[in-house]
Amino acid sequence: MHHVTEETIEPRVAAGSSHPPRVRVGIPAPAVDEPIEHPAIEVRKLSLWYGPKRALGEIDLKIAAKKITSLIGPSGCGKSTLLRSINRMNELIPRVRTEGEVIVDGVNIYDRRVDPVVVRRSIGMVFQKPNPFPKTIYENVAFGARINGYGGSMDELVERSLRQAALWDEVKDDLKKKSGLALSGGQQQRLCIARALATSPDVILMDEPCSALDPIATQRIEDLMVELAREYTIVIVTHNMQQAARVADRTAFMLAGDDLVGRLVEYGLTDQIFTSPRDSRTEAYITGRFG
Amino acid sequence: MAAETPALPGAELFHPRVRLRKGLGSAFLVLGVASVVFGLAMLAFLVFDVVERAIPWLRVEFLTQFDSRFSDRAGIKAGLYGTAYMMFFTILISFPLGVMSAIYLEEYARDSWPKTVIQINIANLAGVPSIVYGLLGLTVFVRWMALGRSVLAGALTMALLVLPIIIVATQEALRAVPSSIRDASYGVGATRWQTIWHHVLPQALPGILTGNILAASRAIGETAPLITIGALTFVPFTPQSPLDRFTALPIQIFNWTSKPQAEFHDLAAAAILTLLVVLLTMNSLAILLRNRAVRRRAG
Ligand SMILES: Nc1ncnc2c1ncn2[C@@H]1O[C@H](COP(=O)(O)OP(=O)(O)O)[C@@H](O)[C@H]1O
Ligand SMILES: [Mg+2]
Repeated sequence: MHHVTEETIEPRVAAGSSHPPRVRVGIPAPAVDEPIEHPAIEVRKLSLWYGPKRALGEIDLKIAAKKITSLIGPSGCGKSTLLRSINRMNELIPRVRTEGEVIVDGVNIYDRRVDPVVVRRSIGMVFQKPNPFPKTIYENVAFGARINGYGGSMDELVERSLRQAALWDEVKDDLKKKSGLALSGGQQQRLCIARALATSPDVILMDEPCSALDPIATQRIEDLMVELAREYTIVIVTHNMQQAARVADRTAFMLAGDDLVGRLVEYGLTDQIFTSPRDSRTEAYITGRFG
Repeated sequence: MAAETPALPGAELFHPRVRLRKGLGSAFLVLGVASVVFGLAMLAFLVFDVVERAIPWLRVEFLTQFDSRFSDRAGIKAGLYGTAYMMFFTILISFPLGVMSAIYLEEYARDSWPKTVIQINIANLAGVPSIVYGLLGLTVFVRWMALGRSVLAGALTMALLVLPIIIVATQEALRAVPSSIRDASYGVGATRWQTIWHHVLPQALPGILTGNILAASRAIGETAPLITIGALTFVPFTPQSPLDRFTALPIQIFNWTSKPQAEFHDLAAAAILTLLVVLLTMNSLAILLRNRAVRRRAG
């Protein structure tokens, strides 16, 4: 069973931040509190157009390894777009054009020699609405590994992934009998997490993974994220600021200006963003004055 | 009204006209039921008429004899075999061609003007009178390709006739597969083909099969194109190869109904009944297949 421990419930925001603003270092413009020495992902001057419409404007962002980074901001500011460009999912949409770089393990994944199919194996994704395949639980988890030519024992992999996603005990008796669609919403989302884990990714991208779930299911997913962050780099888009405050080590605030182009306004340790934001727009947003 | 229903707060702001709204609903229900009854009654009348005339002629010999000048020696063996052979090749040609075209158009082709032109053409081809396909078949298959007035020429013509139906139905079935499933598949590193093969096609299969059932039902009853390409009306043999001449049930029926003797009209009724049975058997098989696909998908 998965236990809800004191530690995981407790919000990570301490009253009165222990991280006072520092001098600007590292990447340009929106300053980062602490330089991230070995980022798992480095987004450089990333811009994206949907046909003629520009959605992202020169985003620079370093994402720390084995931490949770949250992207917050009002609807339509480009959070999902940015998230989806980290594993090149946007390219599935016709007429999308991307400029800039996303460096993972020293490799620019937008390099012409890099195949997006390979990128997506190592950068998994969990979507806003749980979307299990209309197949058995077992098949849901095994699919990604199988098509990527996994050489080990499939049964072990399925069990390990489901255990990691804190779903094993609930489904172990009907792995090959029950459809993924027969699970509850929260279970479905954990199944989707297990499915993402089964391809041994380094990074897991989550786009508002709890927005379709009730508070208890949400709590379980949040606990799970914190648990998974020991081994994986997690980037989560969330609408829920308490959620960002509870789980994220760092938070990036995005905003689309009058030109509707999404830009990074402020990025730093979650404590700092929530307790002493440097930009007045960040403050306005987190105090609920718009969005 | 106000006297009957207790007034709830804010009632003065609304003119609910509940009776009118419910009345409209009831009127629609009555219309709907009447339409269904009318349709079923007409169908029942037709079937009854056909069955009544057909019954005296339904003997085993009717299925095993060739056509004859004498009504009591006339049978539909040639038409039955001809239809079976032709449908076999029609499905064999049109099903894969149509489904693959639809997959290309829906999943691979970019939105561009050539695609738009092709789409508009396909939609229009579905509405072209079947005799035009007959003329095309006559020119291309019978003459140019020198297939003669053969089973294969007939099947190719029929395949052309039903391709638009299959393509449009398959495209719609593919389009109905939610994009969330595609995202999920691409998200774990599947290629486009793996996504189509493992997720999109299985989900679209029921819709695709429905389209093919419609297409086959259309082909099995078509007469005009076969007459145009010159399928025979009097055939005392069954085709031995796809290149043999043939007749088909609709032609046999057409031929008998145009004879002056009343017995042949009843024979035609018996042939119509046979055609219906063949059609229903074929469709039931397809529906059985489709339901199996649906059940497997539901897991
Ligand atoms: N498939 C698409 N085609 C065209 N425009 C899109 C598409 N997806 C998103 N957009 C636009 O890009 C902008 C950013 O959207 P999105 O990344 O979904 O925002 P968020 O996730 O922050 O709500 C919005 O203005 C939205 O309308
Ligand atoms: Mg979004």
